[in-house]
Amino acid sequence: MSWDWQVFCTDTLDQTTVAGCFGKGGDITYLDWLLSAWGWTVSVSLLSLALALVLGGLIGTLRTLQGRPWVVRLGNAWVELFRNIPLLVQLFLWYHVLPSFFPSLQRVPGFVLVIFALGLFTSARIAEQVRSGLESLPRGQRYAGMAVGFTTFQTYRYVLLPMGLRIIIPPLTSETMNIFKNSSVAFAVSVAELTMFAMQAQEETSRGVEIYLAVTALYVVSAFAINRVMAFIEKRSRVPGFIAASSAGGH
Amino acid sequence: MKLALDISFYNWDLLSNFVLKGLYFSVMLTVVATIGGVIFGTVLALMRLSGRKWLVVPATIYVNGMRSIPLVMVILWFFLLMPAIIGRPIGAETSAVVTFIAFEAAYFSEIMRAGIQSISRGQVFAGMAMGMTYGQNMKLVILPQAFRNMLPVLLTQTIILFQDTSLVYAIGAYDMLKGFEIAGKNYGRPIEAYLAAAVVYFVMCFALSWAVKRLHRKIAIVR
Repeated sequence: MSWDWQVFCTDTLDQTTVAGCFGKGGDITYLDWLLSAWGWTVSVSLLSLALALVLGGLIGTLRTLQGRPWVVRLGNAWVELFRNIPLLVQLFLWYHVLPSFFPSLQRVPGFVLVIFALGLFTSARIAEQVRSGLESLPRGQRYAGMAVGFTTFQTYRYVLLPMGLRIIIPPLTSETMNIFKNSSVAFAVSVAELTMFAMQAQEETSRGVEIYLAVTALYVVSAFAINRVMAFIEKRSRVPGFIAASSAGGH
Repeated sequence: MKLALDISFYNWDLLSNFVLKGLYFSVMLTVVATIGGVIFGTVLALMRLSGRKWLVVPATIYVNGMRSIPLVMVILWFFLLMPAIIGRPIGAETSAVVTFIAFEAAYFSEIMRAGIQSISRGQVFAGMAMGMTYGQNMKLVILPQAFRNMLPVLLTQTIILFQDTSLVYAIGAYDMLKGFEIAGKNYGRPIEAYLAAAVVYFVMCFALSWAVKRLHRKIAIVR
């Protein structure tokens, strides 16, 4: 079997090879398309990650509140709901079902709905990690906060969260890499990200192996880059003597 | 907000004509991929723990490679390459089964590796002291304990695997989600169909993870 990397220099409309590989004057080559698809994957992933971190951190924290059983139950319900429905099905709910109940969602572009779906799906998993991180702290930490007269908010802000969030950086690292991988389901609602590019370009050019190799490489590069960023954060924020076991399994 | 669900969409015809066929495939795929994945995963784990470079390196590359690629891309890769390898066209369903075994083996191997490493070294030495060969030691002493310790994690992974079977959507295989989708299109009721799919997946996964939690508690007491 022979390679044909020229396929990336091909114009997407008239299928002619373009010198310099980048399209000119409004025309685009498969290389242009690939890079823009990568941009979509990265932006969908990072925005979902931001949403997931905020929501997951908040809900995970609420689940550890003492003397508020209903808040805890609500947090648990959130986690169970978003963890037990496949991501693809959740995406379809956001894309096909919710807009018919809430017409204002019909004007929202598809990629925003993907961010909501992926962000909320991941928030449940992050909430679970935040909760176990906070619960792994010795009980004395909470009591120490109470003993110096902190309110509940201050106890979390100055005592529990700074330790709890550091502990869960290793499992959070794999979750951030999962977000990049999971963003691939966006193909199902026609967001022009890498997997969508792979499927369409494969069909148009019949050079599936080259296309898939490039896309796979970009996924690996993205995951590796975010892994290095998280490793840097972990190193900078490390507290000696506290390391959380990373969990096996999961996607 | 307007609610206009057509309840009559949920009837026996929906189940028997569309959903059951897909459900059967989803469950079959989950079971086959779990059994195949655990077997190949255990082999991969043993390779990685063997300490022989020519076994460790390929197994490590395989496991880390699989784990850094989105499952959808792996599904697409296998669907693209398998006909070329075996030299004849292959159905989406067959391709999905092979893909899931190969993909899940990487995840199950990490679980089995952690399980094997959780067995104290004294157990290995005890087996050796009894004069057992490597194979006997693994089969009779180490793997049964590792398997038991890791059973809750393995089952949790199986639940994730069941959810992931919905991704065969990418190659158009007929799984449970597809069954609901086709029914929704045929009757012109996509909203009811997707809602029903979400409820069925939720009930199944929630019940399973509840059962795993109970099992975990039972095993935890014994240990």
